[in-house]
Amino acid sequence: MVSQILFIAITLAAIALFSYNVKKVIRNIRFGRAVDRSDQPQKRLMTMLKVAFGQTKMFFRPIPAFLHLIVYAGFVIINLEVLEIMIDGIFGTHRVFGGLGIFYDVLIGSFEFLALGVWLACAIFLIRRNIIKLKRFSGVEMKSWPRSDANYILISEILLMTAFLFLNAADSKLQAMGASHYIIAGAFPVSQFLHNLLPNTEAGLIVIERTCWWFHIVGIFAFLNYLPYSKHFHIIFAFPNTYFSNLEPKGEFTNMQSVTNEVKAMLDPSFTPPEAAPGRFGAKDVNDLTWVNLMNAYTCTECGRCTSVCPANITGKLLSPRKIMMDTRDRMEEVGRSLDKGGKGLDDGKSLIDDYISREEIWACTSCNACTQACPINIDPLAIITDLRRYAVMEESQSPASINAMLGNIENNGAPWKYSPADRFNWAKED
Amino acid sequence: MSAQLNFEVPTMAEMIAKGEEPEILFWVGCAGSYDERAQKTTRDICKILHHVGLKYAVLGTEESCTGDPAKRAGNEFLFQMQAMTNIEVLNGYNIKKIVTGCPHCFNTIKNEYPGLGGNYDVIHHTQLIQQLIDEGKLKAEGGESFKGKKITYHDPCYLGRGNDVYEAPRKALEALDAQLVEMKRCKTNGLCCGAGGAQMFKEPEKGNKDINIERIEEALETQPQVIAASCPFCMTMLSDGVKMKDQDQNVKVLDIAEITARANGL
Ligand code: SF4
Ligand code: SF4
Repeated sequence: MVSQILFIAITLAAIALFSYNVKKVIRNIRFGRAVDRSDQPQKRLMTMLKVAFGQTKMFFRPIPAFLHLIVYAGFVIINLEVLEIMIDGIFGTHRVFGGLGIFYDVLIGSFEFLALGVWLACAIFLIRRNIIKLKRFSGVEMKSWPRSDANYILISEILLMTAFLFLNAADSKLQAMGASHYIIAGAFPVSQFLHNLLPNTEAGLIVIERTCWWFHIVGIFAFLNYLPYSKHFHIIFAFPNTYFSNLEPKGEFTNMQSVTNEVKAMLDPSFTPPEAAPGRFGAKDVNDLTWVNLMNAYTCTECGRCTSVCPANITGKLLSPRKIMMDTRDRMEEVGRSLDKGGKGLDDGKSLIDDYISREEIWACTSCNACTQACPINIDPLAIITDLRRYAVMEESQSPASINAMLGNIENNGAPWKYSPADRFNWAKED
Repeated sequence: MSAQLNFEVPTMAEMIAKGEEPEILFWVGCAGSYDERAQKTTRDICKILHHVGLKYAVLGTEESCTGDPAKRAGNEFLFQMQAMTNIEVLNGYNIKKIVTGCPHCFNTIKNEYPGLGGNYDVIHHTQLIQQLIDEGKLKAEGGESFKGKKITYHDPCYLGRGNDVYEAPRKALEALDAQLVEMKRCKTNGLCCGAGGAQMFKEPEKGNKDINIERIEEALETQPQVIAASCPFCMTMLSDGVKMKDQDQNVKVLDIAEITARANGL
C-alpha cells in the first residue's frame, strides 16, 4: 500500500513538473509572430507520417538511420510496457497483462530483443561521438553542454535498458522458483542469459526485481522531465514540427504582406492600405520570427546534417545552420528565464542578431536550401537567415557595400549591374 | 563568340502592333541580357525556338530585373517594386506562358509572382528542351556530335532543390548519347556553385576556399570533357573555377541550351 501511494505521488509529480516546463516552452514559442499553417491538412498529415513517423529523411545516411530506427522503435514499443508498469504500480498488481498468455509472451519476448538492440545502438552512438569523434558532431556551436547532453541521454537509455533486462531476469527466476505474487507470464529470450549473475535466494531476487522496477519507471519519469532542457525534445516535437513544416517549393520565399501594401500605395496613389499592424521588417530578435521558426529551434536535434552540407560551412566560413537554430533556442530561453524572474525579457538590450548571430554568418548564406533538404525533421534555418537579412537591409540599411551597389543598380537600371536599360536588347543585335 | 543571329528576335511590342500573340514569352533575365557569356546561351535559346518554329517573343527593353537578387539579399521593398512593375507589363500583354533562361527568374516568376497578381505557366529552358525532344522536334542530329563524350551536370539550387527539376536537363543530355557521369554531390544533395542568395554580387566571406573551387574540384574528379550548366550564375562560377584550375583547354563549361543548339547544328 505504501509503495502504491508513493508510486502515485511520484507519477503525479512527474506529470505536473513536465506540464509546467512544457507550458513554459509553449509560452516561449508564442513570442513568435503568427503564421497560418492550417492549410492542406491531408498533405500535412502525410508529411508528418512520412518524415516523423516513417523517418524517411533519415535514410540518406543508412547506418545512423538503422541505429536510430531501433532506438525509436524501442522508445515507441517499450512504452506499451510502461502502461503495464503504471497499472501494476497504481493497483499493486504484478504483470497485469500476464493473462494474455501467448500474446504476452510474444510481447515481452520482442521487447527484450528491442531492449538489447537499443542498448547496442546507444553504445555505438556513444562510440561514434566520443571515440571515433565524427566531424558532424563538432563545430563551434558544439560546446560542452550540447556534447554532454547527447551523452547523458545515451547513457540513461543504456541504464534504463539494463534495468529492464535485469528486472525480467530476476522475475523469470522468481517465476521458476514458484515465488508467490510472481505469476508465470512472459517469455525471456534475452534476459535468461543474465540468470547466472543473479543471486539464488528468493529474498535477494525480490530486492533486485523491485529495485530495477523502481529504477526503470523513475528513470523514465526523470527522462521525461529532462526532455524540455535537451535536444531530445525532438522525440515529441518532431511530430508537430513536420506537420507544420513548409509545404511550398523550397525556392519560394514568403512575400511580406506589410510590404505589399506599402508598395501598392507607392505605385498606385488611389490605393489605401488596410490598417497596418505595427511590427518591424524582418527579424532583429526572436519575437520577430514566426512561431514555426521558434518551434523549429526547440525541435532541432543538433545532428549537424544541415551544417555538413552547407556550402559556406564546408568551405570554412562562419555560417553553420545548426548554430542558427541553437542560437535561436538559446535566445528564447534567455528571454523566458528573464521573464520568469520578473526581468526585462526582450528589452534586455540584447538581440538575436549581433549578440547571438553575427552579420558575417548571415551574409555567407547562398540560400541554396541544402540545409532544409538535409534536415531529417524539416527544419528551415534559411527562413531565419532571410528574416535577419531583411532586418539588416530594410530597418538598418546595413548591408555589405557591394550589396548596396547591386540594390542601387536594380533600383535605377532594372538590373543588378550598372548597365543602361536601353542596352538590354543588344544581345540580339547583328553587329 | 558564338555566331550572331541570322533572324530577327521578335519583341512583344512588335507582335502586338501586328495584332499577333506569341505562344510563349521568353524571359531573358539580367545575366542573359548583359553578361557576355550568358548572351551566348540567350541566343542559343532563340535559335532553338526559331528552329522548331515556336511562336515566341521577348520583352526586349521592356524587361526589368525580376527582383530575385534584391529579395535574397533581404530587400523585400525593392523586390516587390520590381515584381509589381513586371507583372503590370506581363499582364498588359496578356502573357500566359513563359520560358526563362535562368533558374532564379524561373523560381521567382513561378513561385513568388502569383501572390502579387502574376499568374503564368512558367517553365525553365531545360524543361522546354525536354518537351521539344519528347515531341521529336529536336533530334541532336546534323551538328556537333557529343556521342560518348563524358559530361557531368551541375544542378543549380533554384532549379533542383528549389523546384525539384532534376530530370529535364538530364534528359536533354541523354538525347545526345553522351556519357552522363554524376558528381558525388548531385540532385537533392547537390552543392551550390556559390553564387546564389545574392552572393554573385559580393565578395565571399572569409573561409578556407571559395565555394566554386570546392565545386569545380568535385566536377573535375569525374574527368569530364564537358561540364553542363543550366544557369547563368553557375556558368560564371564554374567557368571561373575551371580557369583557376588551368583546365579551360581541356574542359568546356556549356549550358544545356548551347549543347542542344550545337548538337542540332543551329
Ligand atoms: S541555405 Fe544557407 S545556411 Fe542553408 S545550407 Fe545553404 S548556404 Fe548554408
Ligand atoms: S536543423 Fe535539422 S539538420 Fe540541422 S542540426 Fe537541427 S535537426 Fe539536424
